[in-house]
Amino acid sequence: MIPDLILFFGLALVVVVSAVGLLLSRNAVYAALNLLINFTAIAVFYLLLEAPFLAMIQITVYNGAIMVLFLFVIMLLGAERLAPGPAMPYQRPLSILLGVILLFEAAYAMFFRSKLGVSPTPVPAGFGSPEAIGQTLFSSYLLPFEVISILLLAAMVGAIVLTMKTRRRG
Amino acid sequence: MVPVEYYTGLSIILFTLGAVGVLVRRNAIVVFMSIELMLNSANLAFVSFARNYEAMSGQVFVFFVIAVAAAEVAVGLALIVAIFHSKRSIDIDQIHSMKG
Amino acid sequence: MFFQETLSQAPQFFGLVPWIVFFPVIGLLFNIAFGKKILERGPAGEKIVGWVASIASGLVFLVSVLLLVSLLGHPEGKTVPLAEWIKIGNFQVNWAFQVDTLSVVMMLAVSLVGTLIHIYAIGYMHEDVRHNGDPGRFGRFFVFMNLFIASMMILVSSDNFLMLYVGWEGVGLCSYLLIGFWYEKGEDGLGNALAGKKAMITTRIGDVGMLLALFVMFWAFGSLDFHTIFEKAPQVAQASPGIILAITLFMLVALTGKSAQLPLYVWLPDAMAGPTPVSALIHAATMVTAGVYLVARSADLYILAPQAQTAVALVGGATALFAATIAVGQFDIKKVLAYSTISQLGFMVAAVGMGAFVAGMFHLVTHAFFKALLFLSAGSVIQGVERGEHHLAHDPKLKKHAKSLGHEFDPQDMRNMGGLRTRMKTTFWVYLIGAIALSGLPPLAGFWSKDEILAEANQLNVAVYVLLTLAAVFTAFYMARQILMVFFGKPRSAAAEHAEESPPLMTIPLMILAALTVLGGVINLPEWHTLEHWIEHTLGAAVHKAEFVMLVAVLSTGLSLLAIVVGWWIYNARRYEAFWAEPAARRPDDPLRRLIGPLFDLWKNKYWVDELYWAVILNPYIALSRFLADVVDWRFWHDWFHDQVLVAGFNRLTGLLAVRIDLGIIDGIANGLGKLAQRAAATLRLAQTGFVRNYALSIFLGVVIILGYLLLR
Repeated sequence: MIPDLILFFGLALVVVVSAVGLLLSRNAVYAALNLLINFTAIAVFYLLLEAPFLAMIQITVYNGAIMVLFLFVIMLLGAERLAPGPAMPYQRPLSILLGVILLFEAAYAMFFRSKLGVSPTPVPAGFGSPEAIGQTLFSSYLLPFEVISILLLAAMVGAIVLTMKTRRRG
Repeated sequence: MVPVEYYTGLSIILFTLGAVGVLVRRNAIVVFMSIELMLNSANLAFVSFARNYEAMSGQVFVFFVIAVAAAEVAVGLALIVAIFHSKRSIDIDQIHSMKG
Repeated sequence: MFFQETLSQAPQFFGLVPWIVFFPVIGLLFNIAFGKKILERGPAGEKIVGWVASIASGLVFLVSVLLLVSLLGHPEGKTVPLAEWIKIGNFQVNWAFQVDTLSVVMMLAVSLVGTLIHIYAIGYMHEDVRHNGDPGRFGRFFVFMNLFIASMMILVSSDNFLMLYVGWEGVGLCSYLLIGFWYEKGEDGLGNALAGKKAMITTRIGDVGMLLALFVMFWAFGSLDFHTIFEKAPQVAQASPGIILAITLFMLVALTGKSAQLPLYVWLPDAMAGPTPVSALIHAATMVTAGVYLVARSADLYILAPQAQTAVALVGGATALFAATIAVGQFDIKKVLAYSTISQLGFMVAAVGMGAFVAGMFHLVTHAFFKALLFLSAGSVIQGVERGEHHLAHDPKLKKHAKSLGHEFDPQDMRNMGGLRTRMKTTFWVYLIGAIALSGLPPLAGFWSKDEILAEANQLNVAVYVLLTLAAVFTAFYMARQILMVFFGKPRSAAAEHAEESPPLMTIPLMILAALTVLGGVINLPEWHTLEHWIEHTLGAAVHKAEFVMLVAVLSTGLSLLAIVVGWWIYNARRYEAFWAEPAARRPDDPLRRLIGPLFDLWKNKYWVDELYWAVILNPYIALSRFLADVVDWRFWHDWFHDQVLVAGFNRLTGLLAVRIDLGIIDGIANGLGKLAQRAAATLRLAQTGFVRNYALSIFLGVVIILGYLLLR
């Protein structure tokens, strides 16, 4: 129990700090790197939560594909830093205030609206394995799975069309 | 084993940070990253509940969310590139031609 | 006995009765459709048109005879339904034909006289249309005549009062059409039209009475069928005698209009504006007797209302004497006969009023014969004189005479006649027969019928008897005067001197009518009472048994002879010629004026009744109409109410509505809404900054608020 908690809070600290770092970093590249740390920590959480396949997906897709794409675009555009823009003085404090309120609301919901302290039971063997995921994905969720493939195709075509247009215009 | 509420609380904190990031940052790419952060917080909650209720559906949903996020990032970044080509900037405050 | 049996087995022809209406309708439709085309052939075409109409009428007579034969075997008669006309709840009116002894008498008389007059009219109208200058109207005349026969047949054959009323109005329409046949002729070019209008309006007053009688009958009996009403009448009379009295008195009003009795008789003399066959058929023989038929038909009602009977009898008696005196003062050959007709209708009305229904019907039939004869003969005389005038106008040797005639030569004025006895022999003899019958000298038809009325009056109502006897005396006198003025002495005008006899087409019907006049009395001779027994089948107990009273017969005959002698004394050829030879300035218009000056003036001017009506009714009415039209309608309603109140008020109201309400309030609301929306939009537009982060902030705010609401709910 105790080592689990230590591990959890340690990882949670990493996650929260990297997220705050994402918010505060002036340079977009640093933000991307913070997010990378964040995603990796979350992948470890997945492992703790008996989802090894998802952890692998998280690492490969998010860290491997998406974050690389982000970094590539940042580098391509040379937009690590922004020139100062028009001031919106109320935007920042208002956003933070609302965020705090949302946190309080969530805490209220958690502590007064839900049953606390239920320890989860051990899961059967093979839970969260690629085999189990595949079983569910190709039986109950076959149709959404196929739709996702169409969505990815559309996104691919869309990305190509958008960038081609700009090239022609340029 | 850590109770599921802890994961939920962490997920909420992550989500709020992501939301504040969307609202506070001007850099379009960083805004995008904050959105990814929010998505990940939701994924974390999904996986923790899946573990708690021993339901594979939660994990499958996360799989779908990751797939959608990939598609979103592809299109979204393409848009940002297109905007940058016309505006020479990725400051989202520069894009306000819809002002009434 | 054997005769009776044969008859009861004889074939029955009751089913043929609708043809008495259909034949004339077919005839008139034929003449409407083809008349114009046929008339283009000239006189030969006229013969075809005339004969089609005459044959249609003749077929009606044939059917009537067949009905008569059927009735001999089955005197109770029969009702032949043709169509259902009105059906409302329990109330039902059929177009049905009632064949009984009473209606068949009317059918026979109307169709026989009608047919003879049709044939006569072929000859008469041939000259009349040429004299009046429009030969194209020949066909129209026979269409109207056939229409009249059809209407009259509907009237006499109906089995209910409503269908009778249809016929009643139908004959009134034909009367109007035929009086105004030469509508563009007459005084000031519209005298004939005015005469038609007068006839229409005056009889209309009577028809209102008929309608009221119908309403009361419907109200009291719930039916208009003869059979139902006569059956229930005794009970109703016992419960409330006023109802029967009201019905019979309203019928009396109807009768005074249609049968030209006091005080509504004034239209009949003016109706002489129509061609002479019309005067003979409609205004002497048939239509005007409809009132008499109505009373005879309603005998069952009248015997329940003695006051009404007395009223009818007195009206008839008074009219008989009144009109007979006026006839003495007339110079127009047709006007004399017109007043004579009114007088004779008075005889009939008095008879049916007293309850002597058979006597009234008897006189109706004989009068139809001899009055038709007299009118047709008068027509012959008029045309004879016209022929003479025509002859003068086209003979160069006689042109000088023609000028002396002047422009206003009146071929109907008896003072322009004289000496026609030798020039129009046939006409003279038939005229004489008619005149003697009218004067009531035995053994002609007129004597028997008139004498039966007098005998009944002597027994039932002495006042009426005195009136009728005096009327009979005057009748004999004015007929003697007329005969002497027209046919005796020397011609008093060139036209009369050259008068010519009418063609056989006209004289043969005259001879037939003369024969009927001579022999007509046989239908109800004393002791035999054929007609009485005949009508008894229909009227039953209402028939009053007539008796022949020798004293009455001798007295009336003697008085009539005396009147004729007086007439001869005054108007004999020598004396009248001497009177005529006096200088025009010193000579009055008639020898009678020397004897009874003011009285003759009274008669000549018809008691100034027309003038009285003008003064009492028409002038105030016209003044009232003018007042209503000029002051009330024009000045008040039009100038003041319409222009001032309505138009000006409307303008003011619309001005108020348009400027204040529409522009001020309605447009104000619409414009205000538009401005409000503009201002609101201008304010709200500020929220639309165009910054994505602002919008995201709004969404986030919404999320927070909704989540808070869901949690704290």
